[in-house]
Amino acid sequence: MSAIFDVRNLKKMFGGLAVTNDVSLSMAPGDRVALIGPNGAGKTTFVNLVTGNILPNSGTVTLGGEDVTRLGPTERVRRGLVRSFQVTRLFSEMTPEEHVALAILQREGRSGKMFASHRAMPDVMNEAQALLAKLGIAQLAHHRVSEIAYGQQRLLELALALALKPKVLLLDEPAAGVPQSDTARIEQAIADLPSDLAVLMIEHDMDLVFRFARRVIVLAAGEIIFDGSPDAVTKDARVRQAYLGSYADARSVA
Amino acid sequence: MALLANSDTISTAGDRRARLTRDAIGVLVILVLAAVGYFLFPNNLALLTRIIAIALLVLSLDLVTGYCGVATLGHAALFGAGAYGAGIAAAHFGITDPIAMLAVGIVAGALAGLVSGVVVLRAHGLPQLVLSIAIVHLAHEAANKASGWTGGSDGLAGIMPDAVFGLWQFDLWGRTAYVFGIVLLLVAFVILRQIVRSPFGMLCRGIKQDPVRVRAMGASVHGTLIKMYAISGAVAGAGGALNAISTQVVGLDSLSFTMSAEALVMLVLGGTGSLYGALIGTISFLWFEDVVSAANPFHWLTIVGALLIAVVLFAPKGLYGSFAAYLERRGRKGR
Ligand SMILES: Nc1ncnc2c1ncn2[C@@H]1O[C@H](COP(=O)(O)OP(=O)(O)OP(=O)(O)O)[C@@H](O)[C@H]1O
Ligand SMILES: [Mg+2]
Repeated sequence: MSAIFDVRNLKKMFGGLAVTNDVSLSMAPGDRVALIGPNGAGKTTFVNLVTGNILPNSGTVTLGGEDVTRLGPTERVRRGLVRSFQVTRLFSEMTPEEHVALAILQREGRSGKMFASHRAMPDVMNEAQALLAKLGIAQLAHHRVSEIAYGQQRLLELALALALKPKVLLLDEPAAGVPQSDTARIEQAIADLPSDLAVLMIEHDMDLVFRFARRVIVLAAGEIIFDGSPDAVTKDARVRQAYLGSYADARSVA
Repeated sequence: MALLANSDTISTAGDRRARLTRDAIGVLVILVLAAVGYFLFPNNLALLTRIIAIALLVLSLDLVTGYCGVATLGHAALFGAGAYGAGIAAAHFGITDPIAMLAVGIVAGALAGLVSGVVVLRAHGLPQLVLSIAIVHLAHEAANKASGWTGGSDGLAGIMPDAVFGLWQFDLWGRTAYVFGIVLLLVAFVILRQIVRSPFGMLCRGIKQDPVRVRAMGASVHGTLIKMYAISGAVAGAGGALNAISTQVVGLDSLSFTMSAEALVMLVLGGTGSLYGALIGTISFLWFEDVVSAANPFHWLTIVGALLIAVVLFAPKGLYGSFAAYLERRGRKGR
């Protein structure tokens, strides 16, 4: 199948150190890819580069055949490339309902309306309500984000990404910081995503990775050292090497 | 699920009613205050009208600073554009219908807002503040130099507005101007309440809280801010036009750094990010200034300064903001 998302030789230097070094990867519609690697491997930096939040030193990003390397984050999102943040980024003074409604309105090109209220739009309200219910935070819909627990903010972070109905979805540790009792909701929400969506998930919890991924990519010190099936990854010598000492640690992070 | 959706519709309708009630109360409070002012200070209507004009400037500042988080000390440029726009239309082009003058002021203000926005939004934080100061200084200097149009430092005179709708002449006591101003303020207030609650308004609040998140939603931060700057300019321009119509002169002070800074002080005094805060800040500041400067012409600035320090230290969210926060705390305890 042809690639919807293609990254070629992406490189980023932070003060002389290559945090992402010549990374290439491509995804087709329907892919379920887990991106793993030790702390500081450059996973988040990779997502930041791909989404245009930071600029690479070299390399290209192609989305649905179009080179988007020179475009800003906004333009990439409009072309269907959506990410979630490892450290939650929300509007602290706004409610979950407002967050999700705004994302839905933005997706539909209605976020610029000045003489309307999302509350008077039943389609938006119903969709927002259903999405919040799916992630188990419907009862918090009208609380300010600054008043709700971090674990539930993580669920809202995921809800925002889903509300945008992307073509390519990059999730940066969606389950980190979420109480064990709620991770099932996250898994279910991800499992329910449209089958033609390409999803890349960064995750430290290997159980989650094995349930989700049909392909695993391992990043270590800014380079891809493994790209293959979940079965093969645990047997790979270089992966074991990279994780040596930090693997036990990595398992417990989530 | 049906049950869930149902209960949600009810809460939404209830919510909506609560908000409409709050808006109606806001309008009512403005009307009552207006009437009280009219009957208590019949000889001071000129001052009251000036307060309304400045209130429009402070509301306008609240839109970009309070709602969008843009730092500016140059907002009087927008007010001055409206004042000179309306004044020049009347004095040089014979456009003396007050509604037409108002329209010219609004357009001039919106254009000035666009230009300021394009310049100011190129930077963030302190450099942004410096750019805004540069803009108001440049505007001031331009108005000073173009004395053929603006009357320079003598001010622009010869502004003779017609009767409103051909019915109400602008009288010596300033009654017509006062009512004109109140109506203008009410219209602006109702429109702005709509805008700040709309999806666009949410986007603006989002930009203030986290622009990175706004971009990650696919929204344009810069485009949204520019739009808000133009709206803000229209509101400030309306205030400037009101000032030109009611005083029948336009001076360079309406385009000054001092005026910009005072507008910011009034906004902080009342509380940013809520239209009520802007109104309360303007009224308290100008009323206090008037009373204190009459009572103690030598030390009034000191007293105003002390008041400001007290408010910033003890009510950092401003008069209205602190009051609203107090009510919310009490409401939560009561629940
Ligand atoms: N803005 C920056 N400036 C300098 N160094 C940075 C910057 N951002 C990240 N780094 C460095 O780049 C390296 C990779 O960071 P990154 O956050 O991408 O790792 P990660 O794989 O996501 O790790 P984790 O599993 O802990 O989230 C780290 O050594 C980090 O300190
Ligand atoms: Mg990371």
